[in-house]
Amino acid sequence: MKQQIDTYEIEGEIRGPNRFRVFLGRLAREKPLGIVGGAIVALLLFCGAFADILSPYAMNEINIGDRFDPPSWKHLLGADQAGRDILTRLIYGARISMIVGLGATSVTVICAGIIGIPSGYFGGKLDITMQRFVDAWLSFPSLLILLTIMSIVGRGMLQIVLVIGILSGIGWSRVVRSAVIGVKVNDYFIAAEAIGSPTIMTLRRHVLPNIMAPIIVIYSVSVGWAILAEAGLSFLGFGLPPDVPSWGGMLSGEGRRHMEVKPALALLPGLALVIVIYGVNMFGDALRDLLDPRLRGASE
Amino acid sequence: MGNYLIRRFLLIIPTILMVYTIVFAMTRLLPGDIIDSMVQRAQRSGGEIDREAMERFLGLDAPVHIQYLRSINDLVLRGSLGESLQTGVPVTKMIFDRLGVTLELGIIALVIAVAISLPIGIFSAIRQDTIGDYVGRSLSIILIAAPSFWVATLILIYPSIWWGWSPPVELVSFVEDPLANIKVYIIPAFILGMAMAGTIMRMTRTMMLEVLRQDFIRTAYSKGLRENVVIMRHALKNALIPVVTIAGAELPVLIGGAVIIEQIFSLPGTGRLMVDALGRRDYALISGINLFFAGAVIGANLLIDISYAYLDPRIRYR
Repeated sequence: MKQQIDTYEIEGEIRGPNRFRVFLGRLAREKPLGIVGGAIVALLLFCGAFADILSPYAMNEINIGDRFDPPSWKHLLGADQAGRDILTRLIYGARISMIVGLGATSVTVICAGIIGIPSGYFGGKLDITMQRFVDAWLSFPSLLILLTIMSIVGRGMLQIVLVIGILSGIGWSRVVRSAVIGVKVNDYFIAAEAIGSPTIMTLRRHVLPNIMAPIIVIYSVSVGWAILAEAGLSFLGFGLPPDVPSWGGMLSGEGRRHMEVKPALALLPGLALVIVIYGVNMFGDALRDLLDPRLRGASE
Repeated sequence: MGNYLIRRFLLIIPTILMVYTIVFAMTRLLPGDIIDSMVQRAQRSGGEIDREAMERFLGLDAPVHIQYLRSINDLVLRGSLGESLQTGVPVTKMIFDRLGVTLELGIIALVIAVAISLPIGIFSAIRQDTIGDYVGRSLSIILIAAPSFWVATLILIYPSIWWGWSPPVELVSFVEDPLANIKVYIIPAFILGMAMAGTIMRMTRTMMLEVLRQDFIRTAYSKGLRENVVIMRHALKNALIPVVTIAGAELPVLIGGAVIIEQIFSLPGTGRLMVDALGRRDYALISGINLFFAGAVIGANLLIDISYAYLDPRIRYR
């Protein structure tokens, strides 16, 4: 017991880059699969950020003479029905997944905060009304409502990031709300209220810093869902426009008609998707277990 | 128990009202007037539509709040979700005509999911941290990560290239030829079931691990019961309650999955009806389907809560 208390005290004092290193050390020791996941996430970010430099061709460069070329030094993974380099399109697909994953999840966190913090903080009638609204949204099967809203707002990157982000944020607001309610029973919160600290100040100084762990967890856990949702929507033709090399979109539309001639068109984009979702989920789970073990429950 | 049920029933009324309001608001936000598209369609086929008469006919000339109250009235008193703008057929009839396919697909998928996930989940828990456990857990993570539209695409492409085999697509009624009927459903249902199996597997493992640490399990072992008796009679019974809940809570996932699977395998279910309606911008049908399935999810959640209260007496006395 004594030893445990010492550890906590030491960790409490560590700041800045050292704290990050300690965290990485714990990740490596306690969650080796999390490291694998982290490496996959890092690779996704690297490919996404440097797609222009890494890919051998331009995003939609068409070389009609190279149609269905098998893998060669010219096209490492071959070429598709329009003679576009498959590797290039996969690398640009990583960029799409990165933007959707990070963008939509940022919207998710903001939306979850906007609904969850006031609902948990003020409670009462506001809470009851907001929670019925959340209940209602959660009743819609997510793919149905995503399809419907996408058909209202039209295809496009901004639309998809906002729609996926907001819908997922409404669901996650429940977690933020219960975290805020959890903060409210603490002595420091009661003391702040007692000395008449203004609402904004209490939220900024006492509530926000103490709900950061679940917020980071929401961020890491919902990235995978956002990427899969975009792929599913693009596959059904309601996500990104057809010329954008989204992994989900590559599995549908024009490419689908040529898959029997060139099965790699069916195999590779999905494989990229599975690897990335696997990595993101593993990394997210490891972060969650280390940051906020209380949230482990259902999905372990 | 009585009080709990009454409270639970009362809580769904505002939720349903809110669901309805959201769907109603969405149909008002849709781009392009419904009448516009009808006028255009009529012009293309060489006909003519009187705008005002059509607005009056569809009740769109009234102020929005009157339209809202009227449509609630239609729903509550007549159970009507309106008529399809494309065909004029009542939306409820269109949904029920197609529901059988989706239900059969969903039920077979659920059976497959449970049949795969329960044994593996239980095995993973009782052999925690062995190679078998790692294999089981990795399998569940891969099942969660592999999108069903990709797995379905692979199953359609590769066997056809390698062996010239493709899954049967001609739908035969179950009454006419049960075997041929199951043959059509089995592969799509398997893919749909696998997607759910990952989640149920993880849940079963967690719950079993939790129950296995309880005192009554130790007591059961120490009085000399055989392992299968302890696992089957004592542990599984207690672990399964939350697993049933999760399986029930997977209904929205199942419905979403059905949309994709029915599309890929050309099964004429409600999921395909939805995608077709979106393609034709038949907004009455789109909102009807959304409303119908949201209602189904609310109903399923209610059933789960009631069964949970029935199975676990602690909940009733909260």
